[in-house]
Amino acid sequence: MSRLEVQQLVVSRGDRVVLEGLSFSVANGEVLHILGRNGAGKTSLLEVLCGLRRADSGRIDPQPESRQRHWIGHKNALNPTLSALENLHFWAALNGERLDDPRAALSAVGLQKAQQNRPSGQLSTGQKRRAALARLVAVPRPWWFLDEPLAGLDVQGLALFADLLGRHAAGGGAVLVTSHQPLPGTLPTLRHLDLSPAA
Amino acid sequence: MSAAIAVFRRELRIALRRRAEWAQPLVFYGIVALLFPLGIAPESPALKVFAPAIVWVGALLAALLGVERLFRSDLDDGSLEQMLIAEVPLALLIAAKLAAQWLLTAAPLVLVSPLLGYGLGLDTGPVVILFWSLLLGTPTLVFTGGFAAALTVGAPRAGLMLPILVLPLMTPAVIFGGGAVRAAVAGLPPDAPLYFLGALLALSLTLLPMAAAGALRNAMG
Repeated sequence: MSRLEVQQLVVSRGDRVVLEGLSFSVANGEVLHILGRNGAGKTSLLEVLCGLRRADSGRIDPQPESRQRHWIGHKNALNPTLSALENLHFWAALNGERLDDPRAALSAVGLQKAQQNRPSGQLSTGQKRRAALARLVAVPRPWWFLDEPLAGLDVQGLALFADLLGRHAAGGGAVLVTSHQPLPGTLPTLRHLDLSPAA
Repeated sequence: MSAAIAVFRRELRIALRRRAEWAQPLVFYGIVALLFPLGIAPESPALKVFAPAIVWVGALLAALLGVERLFRSDLDDGSLEQMLIAEVPLALLIAAKLAAQWLLTAAPLVLVSPLLGYGLGLDTGPVVILFWSLLLGTPTLVFTGGFAAALTVGAPRAGLMLPILVLPLMTPAVIFGGGAVRAAVAGLPPDAPLYFLGALLALSLTLLPMAAAGALRNAMG
């Protein structure tokens, strides 16, 4: 999949239509920063693109396949009883992926060995976010769907994320990311999609 | 299949680190079964009559304990999202999760049931049937509880709703399970109720994970 086309997408949450007739496209190598005030439908859009939610109507061509995309939502998908390392192993097994060096992936996002082995429930908010982002490093996939990935990250975490994003885009990967704050770093292929009603 | 095995192993690993949680049904079951004779009088012949009901109702109530949090923690920490979008069918992952739940909470009850049967005054024949009836029936209780937990996972007061929802669905297993032991106590063949338990088991194992998967998708989407 080299290009994702979204046409006339309509998505509701309950009785409320959150996205009405949204169209855009993203190509490999691009970073699409999805903006919008609270309730504008940023999360709903990513959930629909990842298959977590159904659209009322519209076309997504092609629907990204499981093996081709990473989804990191608001929640980090870390069981608090298991360590960051065990959670990463579980995620890989769930997706039929082989991990060559899971510790290296966790180290790459700034988690020390002791933090890798500690129950995730005992990690700080930023460390949990880093543990979730380690999935991006551990298993290369071309399409990233990231919902508020900067939440809880400190300055070093933001720099690390900027590096991850830049290298992924430079390597031909595509990113759709929601964030209320500007994305860190310099991204030559950055585009914005504002979902606020006035936009 | 490796994904299902991963879910199964993960559940066991989590349970091993939260021993108090999964030991609770076994302790509860033991208390019910041991205190009941004291309420009637240990030597009373009525005990033998009530024994099948005591053991089976105890198993049902024990199965209800902890069912509410089956999918709740996965929903809260976001693991459920990852399961929903994995390549593997969600029903298979749910089946693995429920199988682990059975192994942790119901299998010990099945294993100690002969002791409880003898403690309640049953003879060897009915004790054997009690064991087989629980072995056939408890997976139905756990899978039914899992289905109800999936239905109520997004509901704010699931703790209240769940028992009301689940009791009618679990009742057939209790009727046939208790019926098999009663038949054995009366010297009648227990085959028919055991066959019904087997049929319920087959239905539960095949249909309920799919139904639970549908309920979870509905709750998430």
